[in-house]
Amino acid sequence: MVDIPYDRIADIPPAEVPEVELYHPRSWWTRYVFSQDAKVIAVQYALTASAIGLVALVLSWLMRLQLGFPGTFSFIDANQYLQFITMHGMIMVIYLLTALFLGGFGNYLIPLMVGARDMVFPYVNMLSYWVYLLAVLVLASTFFVPGGPTGAGWTLYPPQAILSGTPGQDWGIILMMSSLILFIIGFTMGGLNYVVTVLQARTRGMTLMRLPLTVWGIFTATVMALLAFPALFVASVMLLLDRLLGTSFFMPSLVEMGQLSKYGGGSPLLFQHLFWFFGHPEVYIVALPAFGIVSDLISTHARKNIFGYRMMVWAIVAIGALSFLVWAHHMYVSGMFPQFGYFFATTTLIIAIPTAIKVYNWVLTLWRGDIHLRVPMLFALGFIITFVNGGLTGLFLGNVVVDVPLSDTMFVVAHFHMVMGVAPIMVVLGAIYHWYPKVTGRMLNDALGKFHFWVTFLGAYLIFFPMHYLGLLGVPRRYFELGDAAFIPPSAHSLNAFISVVALTVGFSQMVFLFNLAWSLFKGEASGGNPWRATTLEWQTPETPPGHGNWGKELPVVYRWAYDYSVPGAGEDFIPQNQPPRATQVVQGAAS
Amino acid sequence: MSAIILFLAVIALIAGWWLSQQRLTAKPWLEEGPVGQFPGGDAMTWPAAKIGLGVFLAVASALFVLFISAYSMRMNAVDWRALPVPRLLWLNTGVLVLSSVALQWSSVAARRHDAEGVMIGLLAGGASAVIFLAGQLLAWQQLNAAGYFVASNPANSFFYLLTAVHGLHLTGGLVALGRTTAKVWRSSKIADMRLSVELCTIYWHFLLLVWLVVLGLLTGWTDDFVNICRQLLS
Repeated sequence: MVDIPYDRIADIPPAEVPEVELYHPRSWWTRYVFSQDAKVIAVQYALTASAIGLVALVLSWLMRLQLGFPGTFSFIDANQYLQFITMHGMIMVIYLLTALFLGGFGNYLIPLMVGARDMVFPYVNMLSYWVYLLAVLVLASTFFVPGGPTGAGWTLYPPQAILSGTPGQDWGIILMMSSLILFIIGFTMGGLNYVVTVLQARTRGMTLMRLPLTVWGIFTATVMALLAFPALFVASVMLLLDRLLGTSFFMPSLVEMGQLSKYGGGSPLLFQHLFWFFGHPEVYIVALPAFGIVSDLISTHARKNIFGYRMMVWAIVAIGALSFLVWAHHMYVSGMFPQFGYFFATTTLIIAIPTAIKVYNWVLTLWRGDIHLRVPMLFALGFIITFVNGGLTGLFLGNVVVDVPLSDTMFVVAHFHMVMGVAPIMVVLGAIYHWYPKVTGRMLNDALGKFHFWVTFLGAYLIFFPMHYLGLLGVPRRYFELGDAAFIPPSAHSLNAFISVVALTVGFSQMVFLFNLAWSLFKGEASGGNPWRATTLEWQTPETPPGHGNWGKELPVVYRWAYDYSVPGAGEDFIPQNQPPRATQVVQGAAS
Repeated sequence: MSAIILFLAVIALIAGWWLSQQRLTAKPWLEEGPVGQFPGGDAMTWPAAKIGLGVFLAVASALFVLFISAYSMRMNAVDWRALPVPRLLWLNTGVLVLSSVALQWSSVAARRHDAEGVMIGLLAGGASAVIFLAGQLLAWQQLNAAGYFVASNPANSFFYLLTAVHGLHLTGGLVALGRTTAKVWRSSKIADMRLSVELCTIYWHFLLLVWLVVLGLLTGWTDDFVNICRQLLS
């Protein structure tokens, strides 16, 4: 397959895409298993991430059973509870959200949205998935090793992470570190692809300012991840060496089981710096793709151009840069030099400015739009509300004096679940409803989708709103059971039981979604190529689902930005990016 | 963490410069039509593989700078006892410089379409890199024999860690170099190989630079520099 060569007399400047020798699969194995096609890799990423995500969902049920009805379930003991919270957190943040947004949506959408045939390094892209799968398998294997998975909490703070007394001290922690190291290696391979594809493989006419915001979000998040994940890599390697070889990078001298341990002089604070230098950008690595995707969902389903496109792009870049300067707001109570806290509180509050700009622009895009309350739009709206809620409690926790009493309470748990649990998951679900027709050629069932949305949305609020209140009461996080503390009234226990019941209900409503995914694959209504009448390139492919090489014989040429919805005078309420101006004028003439 | 912040500032400068070339102030909603009417915004003329390597070098640099950040934070603790750097390291450094020079030679030869020169350069570069790695292992053995074990002091731990990470990167480079050499061996068209040879050369120079920085750190040469930076920052 040969792309359009550079034509000197055309009025379009040099072909940005040189001739491409496309990889062609020769057998069933190389087409569907060891595939180098970004679309297949995307589906592999998404399925693997969802599978391990289901494990994390089940773990959350077990945790809620214990918290809601302490002492009722004899098969959950304190050690297991710690293991559940650790694995739930780690899986959700890294193996589900990061992998799904960048590996799943990134692989599927980047080449299609920028008008490329595939990623620029397809072989490396394939390796990226297989290394990721290996990381997931290593992680999952910790459930079956002696001692079970680590129970150190998802932050894995030394010294307790590798000392006896913490569950999973034998194998769990070693395999967890190994799995993280593998994940980062795999991600780096994928990340190189996403960045260079956006830089180099855009089709003719696709300038940066014509990119859909989804691509901007995924691109910026990938750049951030490439720079932030090395910090987790360094922390993991050094902690692994502390555990395996007895070095003292992080381990101070201490008494373990009545005996002076072999460690001495290390700095647990150093680990926290490294961990959060990765950990805070990680929040935005998950949030920026969500921001981008939700912008496109809102614009498409409100039939209106995105408000303040330039400002949206600048805000994405600004958030990406600022997020590297706020990490120590996770460490106000760590014992670091206290005045640092005020610097980091300031940067934390500054980051609220570009974030607020984005929220205003989403709302202004909706204003007087032709809003179609279809399932993807419902989830997009759910995201905006949830993100604002979670963001506001972030302002509480970003301030040192407010954070100190709230540290390690359920308030923090409620905050981060709202802002980086529920909110991005809303976007993931909305995006699946939105792009499922492109991936499979069939629509998801609408009634089931609406049921799924309302149970998830209302349920999430019933779970996490009361949790803020529990936190204000002083109910600590990570506790197996609360006991008879005087400051915890009996009503807090009933509230916990209520939250657990809702959490189980919301969890089971996800099974309806899974059923919908499977059922619609065979029985869903045929979608056609562009069911949402959207402008971006992925909806303009000659085939649905897009074939190998995406674009048939010729790459598309882009003539306009991604948001020409309801253009006055145009025949249709959307103008695809690859529609030449002349064709629009003809339509305009016909309309008048 | 000041080292990594400085590094990120450099990355931010580069990214800011690049973004400033991309017409981020354009109003795309007004710009309908073929892109030729609106200057700027084209992809770079470099081959994708070169940009890919550039991005990878940024990631690898971030990794090393983070190790260095950790090093400079940990070395302030009271239990830090700097270890005597084996003399062998100077010899190893020389070999690594030779390796880099050989690959540069190969790169220049590729530009001149001199197939034999390319091959000699690649083989010499590969061989000296292997010697460097062997030398590093030998240095480890000497330290071990002298009682400087990996866990006995954080300075020792960092020595083994940093040399190992650098060595692993070089080993990865050797895989790429091996593939390039095999390609040159099979093909007579040097023009097709030029990019691969050039990429290997860039990576080798990068690893040499990293090694010199690491060596400066391990021998304590950079201590004064670090102290000056620390005073400036405080």
